[in-house]
Amino acid sequence: MTPLLSVQGITKRYGAHIGCADVSFDLYPGEVMGIVGESGSGKSTLLSCLAGHLTPDAGQVVFDTRADGPRDTVTMAEPERRMLGRTDWAFVHQHARDGLRMGVSAGGNVGERLMAVGARHYGDIRNKATDWLDRVEIDAARVDDRPTTFSGGMQQRLQIARNLVTGPRLVFMDEPTGGLDVSVQARLLDLLRGLVRDMGLSAIIVTHDLAVVRLLADRLMVMKSGHVVEAGLTDQVLDDPQHAYSQLLVSSVLQV
Amino acid sequence: MTDYNFAYLDEQTKRMIRRAILKGLAIPGYQVPFASREMPMPYGWGTGGIQVSAAVLTPEDRFKVIDQGADDTTNAVSIRTFFERTAGVKTTTATAEATVIQTRHRIPEAPLTEGQILVYQVPIPEPLRFLEPRESETRKMHSLEEYGLMHVKLYEDISRHGHIATSYAYPVKVEGRYVMDPSPIPKFDNPKLGDMAAIQLFGAGREQRIYALPPYTQVVSLDFEDHPFDPSRADHPCGLCGAEDSYLDEVIVDDAGGRMFVCSDTDYCSARQAAGHTGKDAA
Amino acid sequence: MIELRNVSKTFTLHNQDSTVIEVVNDVSFTVGRGECVALTGASGAGKSTLMRMIYGNYLTQAGEIRIGDLNLVQAKPREIIALRREVLGYVSQFLRVVPRVPTQDVVAEPLRAVGVSAEDAQARAQDLLTRLNIPERLWSLSPTTFSGGEQQRVNIARGFAHAYPAMLLDEPTASLDAANREVVLSLIEDAKARGAAIIGIFHDEAARARVCDREIDVGRFTPGLAA
Repeated sequence: MTPLLSVQGITKRYGAHIGCADVSFDLYPGEVMGIVGESGSGKSTLLSCLAGHLTPDAGQVVFDTRADGPRDTVTMAEPERRMLGRTDWAFVHQHARDGLRMGVSAGGNVGERLMAVGARHYGDIRNKATDWLDRVEIDAARVDDRPTTFSGGMQQRLQIARNLVTGPRLVFMDEPTGGLDVSVQARLLDLLRGLVRDMGLSAIIVTHDLAVVRLLADRLMVMKSGHVVEAGLTDQVLDDPQHAYSQLLVSSVLQV
Repeated sequence: MTDYNFAYLDEQTKRMIRRAILKGLAIPGYQVPFASREMPMPYGWGTGGIQVSAAVLTPEDRFKVIDQGADDTTNAVSIRTFFERTAGVKTTTATAEATVIQTRHRIPEAPLTEGQILVYQVPIPEPLRFLEPRESETRKMHSLEEYGLMHVKLYEDISRHGHIATSYAYPVKVEGRYVMDPSPIPKFDNPKLGDMAAIQLFGAGREQRIYALPPYTQVVSLDFEDHPFDPSRADHPCGLCGAEDSYLDEVIVDDAGGRMFVCSDTDYCSARQAAGHTGKDAA
Repeated sequence: MIELRNVSKTFTLHNQDSTVIEVVNDVSFTVGRGECVALTGASGAGKSTLMRMIYGNYLTQAGEIRIGDLNLVQAKPREIIALRREVLGYVSQFLRVVPRVPTQDVVAEPLRAVGVSAEDAQARAQDLLTRLNIPERLWSLSPTTFSGGEQQRVNIARGFAHAYPAMLLDEPTASLDAANREVVLSLIEDAKARGAAIIGIFHDEAARARVCDREIDVGRFTPGLAA
């Protein structure tokens, strides 16, 4: 079986400071991987390198493309990489307003990726947008409202709809539940889990919330100071952490 | 009259602008940056168009200026006078006689011919600007042909108004490649952009961009399959000349709500009247 | 079906002076198809730890744990994920679910994960919930708000939804009334009958005597206790 994403030796430095160093892993179709670590541990830098938002100093990010099989997206031409970014890849930002066009209606936000890949039938685009609003539990009657009139949880769900409408195979998520109420978080997690299962998505989720990874991720990587200190099955890493830092991280969670 | 260099601008500047024009003609629809000069009038009064006109004018040219189709509005008169004084070129109001026509917001009704140059004044050359404020990003979108956003704008129109309500500065795609803002001409004029015999040059002074359409270029107005492009026109004949194929201005004529529709192209209208056509409101 | 060979486990507490705790040492046994084996021993003997090692939840330091063809100790995460999805079921003492998900979906999920259609999965879930006496009015609610006994029964329904060839049961009859205990024991008997290899921890001696073919005293693998 070919990995969907094969990452080898990804390194990114900011001058003398290490963003992330020598990160390698394989992600298979349908797998969800969590990346945890404290602020500044390099997890967001790593995600940006994987998603093509940052150019790593070293390493490969090999993605199994639909057309040409495994290709290194780091050395791939930018138009191709951007094309991946709006077809087979999706990126869910922590702050919905970074991932949405706030001046464009909900329907337009969802439809943009369709139009970007050539959809030119208004009725079809609108039907698909309405369908997706329904799937992320937003009232279809709000299809023409701007996201500025939406609550934080709705904005985040809209961002997810906008990203998934083209049927991507790999979703990058940067703290997808950060800044949301706990009750809203639960709803979002439930939604994401359902979508991941129904669409057979693979996902990489960066978060500092261990509860989120326990519920969403099959596998877990723990990062500290730019290095991966431990990786494995999510429940194994959380229940029987081997590295000193992982043990500290797990034992530091407040119990409720 | 020799107080000015011919056509106001110095020769180096004109050379620089001509280079930008040639590049624009070579890559139809592509926005070429140029070092826009301070002109003796405010931005928004056609400084881009004037620089382009100054760069293409020769002493033998016959120059016409229209503003919203009219030769006799303040803007048109002052630009015409400017070039009479600084270039000494002959001017005209007759479309057919002019070799260079500078325009704001219209394309003349009479078909243009080979050998004529139409110079547009452009306020905002970037068609993607209202949805994507970052210049670095819009440039990349042009270079990679990522034009989905342009349709988002039209989508928003339909979702809000039930039809594409953009009625001027209606975006077009040039030769299947660059999406271009045709300047704030009414969409009624869009079909004239394509396959035109004359050279079309677009100058944006404040935004420092020049772009161009060489003769007989393919220009397609963007639309949806189920909402095709429609160059709408007020459903009246011209009150003065009776024309039924021209773009009309609505003119309020009294305090009682009386109004009439007249050709916005004053030269076209007066030529028709001179040829004996009359509308219902003709005196 | 399940085979342990010279299995050992230690915990190293890096943040408490790197204390090393030996939990179990040199465990070897096998469980065949259709067989149910009970793990016994005093509290702290390492029954639950051993169970979690067999599930891959705890990392094993030495030895081999074979489930079917897979050696769990050296398996890649995705192999363990596939194993847990298709081969190895685990009924823990605690129900861990996403809040807000209806009980019926919680129970149907393992079936959906192995590709069973939504209708068939829901039908099986409804059947199990009925057998375990969860009132139908609760099916559309999240089990997070249920009582301990109800949660335990939902957990069992979920664990038995898919016909796993190998199962781990951690106190499946604890906190159940006689009627429900009977249902659970019959579920275990059904699983044995279809050839599942089962390892269980039962404090309920009568239950143990009824469903288990053998007992393994974990105490003899426990350093300090065995000595």
